[in-house]
This record gives sequence, structure tokens and C-alpha cells, in this order.
Amino acid sequence: MSQDASTPSRPVPITDPATAPFWKAASQGELSLPRCEDCRRVHYYPRAVCPHCSSESLSWETLSGRGTIYSWTVSRRPAGAGFKPYVPYVVALIDLDEGARMLSNVRTDDVDSVAIGQAVRVDFEDMAEDIALPVFRPA
Amino acid sequence: MTREVVIAGISEAGLDKGVFAEPVSVLDVQAQCATRAVADAGLTMADVDGVLTAGLWGMPGAGTLMPLSVVEHLGIKPRFIDGTNIGGSAFDAHVAHAAMAIERGYCDVAVITYASDQRSASGRNLAGKPPHLNMQFDSPFGLLTPIGSYALAAHRHMHEYGTTSEQLAEIAVAARRWAQLNPAATKRDELSVDDVLDSAMISDPLHKLDACLVTDGGGAVVVTTPEKLGTDARKKAVYVRGYGESVSHWTINSMPDLTTTPAAHSGPAAMRMAGVSHDDFDVVQIYDSFTITVLLTLEALGFCKPGEGGEFVSGGRIAPGGAFPMNTSGGGLSCSHPGMYGMFLLFEAVRQLRGDAGERQLDKATTALVNGTGGGLSSTATCVLSNR
Ligand SMILES: [Zn+2]
Repeated sequence: MSQDASTPSRPVPITDPATAPFWKAASQGELSLPRCEDCRRVHYYPRAVCPHCSSESLSWETLSGRGTIYSWTVSRRPAGAGFKPYVPYVVALIDLDEGARMLSNVRTDDVDSVAIGQAVRVDFEDMAEDIALPVFRPA
Repeated sequence: MTREVVIAGISEAGLDKGVFAEPVSVLDVQAQCATRAVADAGLTMADVDGVLTAGLWGMPGAGTLMPLSVVEHLGIKPRFIDGTNIGGSAFDAHVAHAAMAIERGYCDVAVITYASDQRSASGRNLAGKPPHLNMQFDSPFGLLTPIGSYALAAHRHMHEYGTTSEQLAEIAVAARRWAQLNPAATKRDELSVDDVLDSAMISDPLHKLDACLVTDGGGAVVVTTPEKLGTDARKKAVYVRGYGESVSHWTINSMPDLTTTPAAHSGPAAMRMAGVSHDDFDVVQIYDSFTITVLLTLEALGFCKPGEGGEFVSGGRIAPGGAFPMNTSGGGLSCSHPGMYGMFLLFEAVRQLRGDAGERQLDKATTALVNGTGGGLSSTATCVLSNR
């Protein structure tokens, strides 16, 4: 799965002020999301306004990094050249213990062993300065 | 002021093996089909004062402000313009928007246009979504677009209800059997459940033959009020009795419940407006980007209970001769799928209600339901149509 300079990379997130802290925290090995100070819910993806109650009172919180698989699929072909080294790879929706749901990858040597309800734990893959991709592994 | 609203004209660009039969640009296809659809309604382009359009062509470039390019190419000056683009359901939503404008007298004759040369020009690359804004949380993970979102929904449905790949395959097989009755359909050779299950796995649990075709396509639909029509056009006009639309998300991480599509909102809204219930429909046209799209939509619309979709589509019920005539052209799975299929649902509903469907014509076709789905199960638009 290692990539040399000639290999096209996966799409690197183009961050904005509301999302940069998420990617930066990931680059420091933490999964962090905004929690709403009004409705107390965590949301994904990070926004400047709470999608649950429209509050602008949000504060960043470091999460446990634990979750369960809500659903999953295996990409049997690459979604662009940067994904060729990963095929076949698992893309899954992860229900985080703190309540938000995120799309991510589940890294495993056995893609057929993945199941809904499976416990997973976050891991991070460096992508660029201040940007790492949160992925998950079976817990 | 409320006026009755009808679909009075349709025109669909001809295909040969999935590509435009006559080589033509996406703008010219729309101008040709608009002109022919207007003629089908016994009108001329000079009568058109509303234009609605959506597509995926010409971006960045001529398609970025799509309605401007289309209106310019048609050479008219409409007073009602709508470029709502919510994916493949857009054209079914356009019927609703045109109806509201016509009911109020905001315009009299609206034409809805669409074209895609994705097959001949290989013009579609949805995987190339730049990873910014909401897509920065989608593109870096390599979900295949659009099949990956539908695959996630399929796995979840299987988990919750025990739905099987065989049941999904029945939907593709039924579509093929309808296509065999439609000389204009792209795929007409024999297809079995095993053929679907044996086709390449693309995004588990969806196979290549769980997915729609990739073809060119284009067309136009004329929406107006009966008072604008001559006697002949009025006879074959199809009434727009109800409509509804709904959007819940774009990126799949924001879909609240992967087994419930927004049709759970748009469907009841359209049926309520029309004053009809499920038993009133003689034929339904359900967006079939993937087999799972159909199953989820039938449940969301309430034709069966959540979890019963697999059984509902099995045993040939949705195939020719079955109790539930559906996607009678062969659908996106076997007839054509230019990327945004919602207009083609309208074409087939109108043909059935006019009695113009040839060998596949149903004996009784008075009331039809059309339900488009766009994005990644993101948007739906439902129309209730009847020929009286
Ligand atoms: Zn809130």
C-alpha cells in the first residue's frame, strides 16, 4: 500500500475554516468534532452552524475514536487512480459512540470479514501537512 | 386563479446501441426535442414562455449556468425559468414547478429539456468531484459514485430485513422482460437471476447487472393547461393530478436512515394532492438507477411495508403479465440511462396513458405514478398522472 512519488494520490481534502480543525486534529492523532452547546449533540461533518438545531454555539471535542459499523461496501475497482493500490477496499458508515455518523474506510486484510454492528477503532493515515485521514480498524 | 395542468407533448431522442442515432450536440438535442415535443402538443416554439432544464453537461463552461445556454439555444425569451438540479429526479420536480407556475398563470406553456452524451463522449466522471466543501468528507474515502451509496443502503436493508441478492436480481430480470417488448430498448437479450448474480461484483453487494445502463439520451416534455390546446392535443393530454418532492442529503454520511428514501415524503404528498391511493394506479414508473433503488422506493411510497420489498418484487409480480406493472419500457436497467433518468419515467407513463406503448401497452392504463430519485438516494420527486 506504500506509494512512491509517481503514484497518483487519493483526493486530499481542501479544507475551510469550519473543517480545518478536524483535519488538523487527525494529523495529531485525535478524532475531534464540534459539539453543540445548545442541543448537546455532536455532528459530522463539521459545520459553522449545528445541523440539528441551527445553533452557532459550538465547541470542539476530542472523541473516543470508537464506533460500530452501520453499513459497509467493498470497492472492487478504484474510485480514481489514487485508489488503485487499495483495491479491494472497504468503505463504511461508522456510528461513533458519541452519536455522529461518518463515512470512512475500514482497513483489514480480509474485506469479507467486515460486518454491520462490528466494533471499530479509529486510526490515521497522513495525507498532507495538517491533514490526516481518519480510518478505522476492527477493534 | 387555478388552472388544470397537463403534459401535452413529449419527444425522446432516438438511440442506436445506447448512443445518439444522429450525431448531435447536447444543446442541439434539446432544441430538436423541444421543437418536436411542442409540435406533439399542436403548438409552436413561439407559444413557449417557460423553460426548465437540468443536466450534467458543460461544467465548467456552457453548462455552468445551464438554463441560460438552453434558453439562448432555443432562441426564445421565457418569463418562467427553472434550473433546479437535484439529480435524476430533477425533471419530475420540474413537472411540479411548471404545474405551480401554470396553475397561477405565471406562464402558459413550459418545456422541460434534458440531454446527455455521456456514452458517446464519455462525458461523465462523477468520481472527479473536487474534495472541497461537503465533498472533502466523501471523495478521500474512495466510495464509488454513485453505486457505492446504493450499495451501503443495500447492505443495510439486507441486515435489517433479510433481503437477498436474488430478490434484487428479480428487479433486473423483470426490467429485461419489459425491454424485450420495447423495440427502442438498448438491452433485449435473455437475462436470468443467475446472470445477474454471476456478473462482476462492483460495490458489494451490488453487481454490474444490478446497475443501470450507461447511455446517451435526451428529450423534452411540454407542460401546459388544456385551454391552450386544440381538440386533438386535448384528447391525448395527460393530467398532472398531484406532485411532491423532497431532499434529505447529498453525501451519504448525512442520509438519516439508509433504508428510507425521501419518497416517504414526496409520495404521500403527491397522492394526497391527487386524492388517490395505492390501489388506484394502473402502472408505476420507478427510478431504477440500481435494483435496490426500486426496492427502497416501493417501500418508501407505501406499496409494501418496510422490509417487504424483496417479496413484493419476486415471482414475476413486476414483470410483463404480473400483478404490478412497473417500468414498462425496460427502465434504466435495460432501456436507457443517460445519467439523469427522471424524464424517461415521464415518457413511458405518458405513452401508457395515451395508449401508445405498442406491444407492451397495458389493457387498462388510466392512472400512473412516476417517482424519480436523484443523487445518492438524496432526492425524490413524485408525480400522479391520469388520462382523464
Ligand atoms: Zn445543536
